[in-house]
Amino acid sequence: MSDTGFLPVKLPRELSLSLLRDMVRIRRFEEACAELYGQGKIRGFLHLYVGEEAVAVGTLHALNEQDSIVATYREHGHALVRGMSAESIMAEMFGKLEGCCRGRGGSMHLFDAATRFYGGNAIVGGGLPLAVGLALADKMQSIDRVTACFFGDGAVAEGAFHESLNLAALWQLPVLFLCENNRYGMGTAIERAESETDLSRKAASYRIPSERVDGMDVVAVYEAATAAAASVRSGEGPRFLELLTYRYRAHSMFDPDLYRDKAEIEAWKKRGPIHNLTNRLKAQGDLTEDDFPQLDADARAEVQRAVEFAEQGTLESTDDLLRYTLTEPAA
Amino acid sequence: MNTPTRISYREALREAHREALAKDPRVFLIGEDVGRYGGSYAVSKGLLEEFGPERIRDAPLSELGFVGAGIGAALGGMRPIVEVMTVNFSLLALDQIVNTAATLRHMSGGQFSVPVVIRMATGAGRQLAAQHSHSLEVWYAHVPGIKVLAPATIEDAHGMLSLALDDPDPTVIFEHALLYNLEGERPSSWPQIDIERAAVRRSGADVSLICYGGTLWKTLAAANTLASIGIEAEVIDLRVLRPLDEETILASVRRTHRAVVVDEGWKTCSLAAEIMALMAEQAFYDLDAPLSRVCSAEVPIPYAKHMEEAALPQPQRIVDSVKTMLGRG
Repeated sequence: MSDTGFLPVKLPRELSLSLLRDMVRIRRFEEACAELYGQGKIRGFLHLYVGEEAVAVGTLHALNEQDSIVATYREHGHALVRGMSAESIMAEMFGKLEGCCRGRGGSMHLFDAATRFYGGNAIVGGGLPLAVGLALADKMQSIDRVTACFFGDGAVAEGAFHESLNLAALWQLPVLFLCENNRYGMGTAIERAESETDLSRKAASYRIPSERVDGMDVVAVYEAATAAAASVRSGEGPRFLELLTYRYRAHSMFDPDLYRDKAEIEAWKKRGPIHNLTNRLKAQGDLTEDDFPQLDADARAEVQRAVEFAEQGTLESTDDLLRYTLTEPAA
Repeated sequence: MNTPTRISYREALREAHREALAKDPRVFLIGEDVGRYGGSYAVSKGLLEEFGPERIRDAPLSELGFVGAGIGAALGGMRPIVEVMTVNFSLLALDQIVNTAATLRHMSGGQFSVPVVIRMATGAGRQLAAQHSHSLEVWYAHVPGIKVLAPATIEDAHGMLSLALDDPDPTVIFEHALLYNLEGERPSSWPQIDIERAAVRRSGADVSLICYGGTLWKTLAAANTLASIGIEAEVIDLRVLRPLDEETILASVRRTHRAVVVDEGWKTCSLAAEIMALMAEQAFYDLDAPLSRVCSAEVPIPYAKHMEEAALPQPQRIVDSVKTMLGRG
């Protein structure tokens, strides 16, 4: 943890700016989503990632294009950083045909074969066995690839978590388990859900090398994920990172957020990941006065384009309702 | 060594596994005790020695975990056969089958396929009591996005596996536990089968008896008894429980004008109910008598032999049902 200072690491300026840019992209995208939800443009469940940006950005920058990603229902940011276009994500949430999944999935089910993005999973813990299987397939086919599996602290209480960690360790599979510990499983604080709140110890009990990381410091996340991914890639079996983070907003748009102390939220906001990195870069002399306004303007423009694209999108014909259930016979 | 002329359902399944493993390096078997133990129903006996522990992969008692891993491996380019010891334990993996395997293609707008094959034993009849005697095929047959097969014959036990592996979508295969010891003539070459159509196992003009899996043999026994009193029953083996071959079912009842559905599932919300609804919707004016069904009694399957027998569909109940329908009771 770096409550009192930064991890003493200096990343190259271009990489640092790239991390900052992606965090700002997520922040602006999520803010727009909240607004569009208010306008009724996005419906269903919507879970925002505001506050947690350093986790997706730091980890995904540590992976390469060949790696596979399994994410959760709070995954817009991961999809965006992974390289899916803001247009295709926003159109998906608008329920439009031009969305990444033709509007069949929505906010919680973003998928993209091109970037090996395996969702988007709205069952807590549901992605973990899937990640184990993807990694098993890679190992059996001698494919050099890491499967990165994101899940929240809530998933740790599920049987799927324990079964998956055991299998991954038993079979020494190339899975990078990334636990986004934002301290709440919907409205239940981790202390009210877990007998052991140091989640990295649970992974360690399966003989998986594990580590707790300050998830509000993107540099710390990047460093830890880079080392862990390298270890997984070298055939040393699975690794586990517990990324300590916090969501600023409610669990979903339906959540009145009555279970948290406002002072707690404010305290975490003071350690905000964007704020954290800009301070670090200023201290290092790596951020000019123009840098932040420029990348912020770029992010806002990207979101604006995505919204326009989604607005202009079309609705899939209900004649096609039954499609994509089973493979269609070749024409 | 000469090829034995007799073969069991179990051996037919084993042969199908061996052929699939030999043909395609992407195929592997995963499940509890499939390797060293040789399979809880001995289907995979000897395969570990032949194909090694990577491809005949013993899994711990983690149904959710290893079924999910099979689904993930299918997504990752492999062709896994996941053996779940019995349908009873598959409930621990239901989330991965229903929420993941069945939905991924659709949720991804057609981007991803899950070519996994999940096999499991099903059914009662061996005094194993309530937690080892379920017949929950209909739970799976309810779900869009998966195919459900029920091989009732040696030929289907052999042939359905490779067709399921060739299928790009998730397939669940139910093997009735009482069928593993079923023996028959070993065909000189395996017949070409499909996994689209129901089969007419016996022709008859008086009544259609529609069944699947373990009830096929009881139904054929009932049909023989009926023949001895001059009633010719047509026996339809569904074979594919989802998607149902509506055409074969409807064509049969349109010929016979009467139908009894035989289903080891409980009567309420059963597969039998679905098939009766289908006939009521589409063949109502062809019917000469109210539809009927012989299902399991609405009770957890009891241990005591006489009680278990009373709970399950039996040939005599099928015979009685037909006789009542024909006014011969």
